[in-house]
Amino acid sequence: MASVSLLRRARGYVPWSAAPWRDTAFAASGVPLQFGAWAVLIAPWAIWEPVRAVPVLIALLAPVLVVAVLAHPLASAHRERCWAMLGLHVPPPEERPGRFRTEGYWRVLAYHLLAGPVLAFGAMAVIVAWAGGAALAGVGAYAWALPPLTAFQVAAFSMGGVALLLAAPWLAMAVRNMDARAVVVLLGPDRARELERRVEDLAEKRAGVVDAADIERRRIERDLHDGAQQRLVALAMNLGLARETLTGVPDDAMRVIVEAHEEAKEALAEMRDLIRGLHPAVLEDRGLDAALSGIAARVPLPVRLRVDVPRRASSTVEAVAYFVVSEALTNVVRHARASKVEIEVTRRGDVLSVSVADDGAGGADPSKGSGLTGLGRRVRSVDGTFRIVSPEGGPTTVTVELPCVL
Amino acid sequence: MRIVIAEDSVLLRAGLIKLLETAGFEVPAATGDADGLLAAVEEHRPDAALVDVRMPPAFTDEGVRAALVIRRQWPEVALLLLSQYVEERYAADLLATNTSGVGYLLKDRVADVPTFLDALRRVAAGGTALDPEVVAQLLLRRQSDPLDRLTRREREVLGLMAEGRSNAGIAAALVVSESAVAKHINGIFSKLDLPDAEGDHRRVLAVLRFLGGGDA
Repeated sequence: MASVSLLRRARGYVPWSAAPWRDTAFAASGVPLQFGAWAVLIAPWAIWEPVRAVPVLIALLAPVLVVAVLAHPLASAHRERCWAMLGLHVPPPEERPGRFRTEGYWRVLAYHLLAGPVLAFGAMAVIVAWAGGAALAGVGAYAWALPPLTAFQVAAFSMGGVALLLAAPWLAMAVRNMDARAVVVLLGPDRARELERRVEDLAEKRAGVVDAADIERRRIERDLHDGAQQRLVALAMNLGLARETLTGVPDDAMRVIVEAHEEAKEALAEMRDLIRGLHPAVLEDRGLDAALSGIAARVPLPVRLRVDVPRRASSTVEAVAYFVVSEALTNVVRHARASKVEIEVTRRGDVLSVSVADDGAGGADPSKGSGLTGLGRRVRSVDGTFRIVSPEGGPTTVTVELPCVL
Repeated sequence: MRIVIAEDSVLLRAGLIKLLETAGFEVPAATGDADGLLAAVEEHRPDAALVDVRMPPAFTDEGVRAALVIRRQWPEVALLLLSQYVEERYAADLLATNTSGVGYLLKDRVADVPTFLDALRRVAAGGTALDPEVVAQLLLRRQSDPLDRLTRREREVLGLMAEGRSNAGIAAALVVSESAVAKHINGIFSKLDLPDAEGDHRRVLAVLRFLGGGDA
């Protein structure tokens, strides 16, 4: 298969197709620019031969200065060349103040002084291959003007010329490839640094998104609390009042009132649970300890809660820690058949660790798509680590570590 | 009985006024913030104040702080705090100075009109009314001290005592006889080392020990 595709590629590179000419033009266009830096450095010595120290120093240093100043314009000329002739967009390295001492600057110089000249010689080799190939291939046409050649020699030269003509496109392609690669690597942005910058950028953006989600959760909590919840309390209270004070109401009507009252109370309880799951106000006001003792107290099992958080973490991290405990407790109550639960939340330096251990039946598996999956996802959203040890038969321990500094 | 109300939700405030007036209370003032509350208490010297914990401007614990001021300046005014969530440390703050005439309930409880009015009357009469959720949180915290010696039932009884209920009320809540409740209470007194020297005060002492960790 490889040979077939090679053949196909070779067909695309016959001298009479467009690609070799584009490559040749590209390689050749680089030559004057690529020799530019060296030309500047050598120029004084070609026209002037200073012998005393100061002029020698001037002859040495002045061109260096010129090259230093020309390096960036020359580099952008190369980038323009890539864009104009190959459609290859090479963005300039990130601009920074003090650009003469950056690492990007040394890469630019490396292109001008090392890679450039080598590529220029390559480009000249391509031109020689074309011109020489053409000259040799056509040797029969002007053999009369040359010293006498045997027919065999003419044939051999012609064959060699044809071979050169066939090889020239490949040579042109190789030089074009190397040149383009050199421009990308040496004159473009540094990939490692670029990636680093992107990672920083993405981390920042993600932190923004996570925070925004958290702020949104708090906003919804507040809206529910200030709006719907108050109305519901008022409604339930009025129904309760009606239930207590109305007299002489037909039994059917009273039954409706009683039912409505009970439902309003249930709705209130549900709303309270909903708000608790969103972002409880107590978490914001009084921190993890208070918020966690609130949910731990509602678990119908003996719970041991230890919270040792000398410094409060950011509200987003606290929200994740709260969510972890809340979700883990829900799982314990629903599935674990445990007789007791231990919750520990500690902060050591910049790591907040949360562990929820029960003595239940074990066998919890995050891959089965329980609440554990969402829990892991929420933990990872702040770069935390999530571990669960839950052998069949128990006990189960969920451990989460959250960095407090993003 | 005269009661002032501090509740920032207009709807709920109107509802509470109606509720209290229907139940035969007098409501000389109803305000929406802590400053208004203090002014109203100063002006009307009510028997009790019904206070929302979360009020403007910061919506955190203005109600608790105002309540502490009232406790200091007008100790005769009973306080019933209402909150969206219950936090046992608010309760501990309130109970630190004096346990009589203090209550702390989840806001939803107002929907249960008879229970709510009962709690309000109890508080106004110098008793206590703690939300079962506060009590549950207190239980969670106090697990590692002498209270460990209590049986599960005794702890339930102590919890209900802390809520402010009488023996009859506890008996009804646990569906046991009143004499069984009395037996449990005696068990609590002996386990908490409260000798029968000061009569009924032991009840308060037991609750205080339960709430404060033993140094009361």
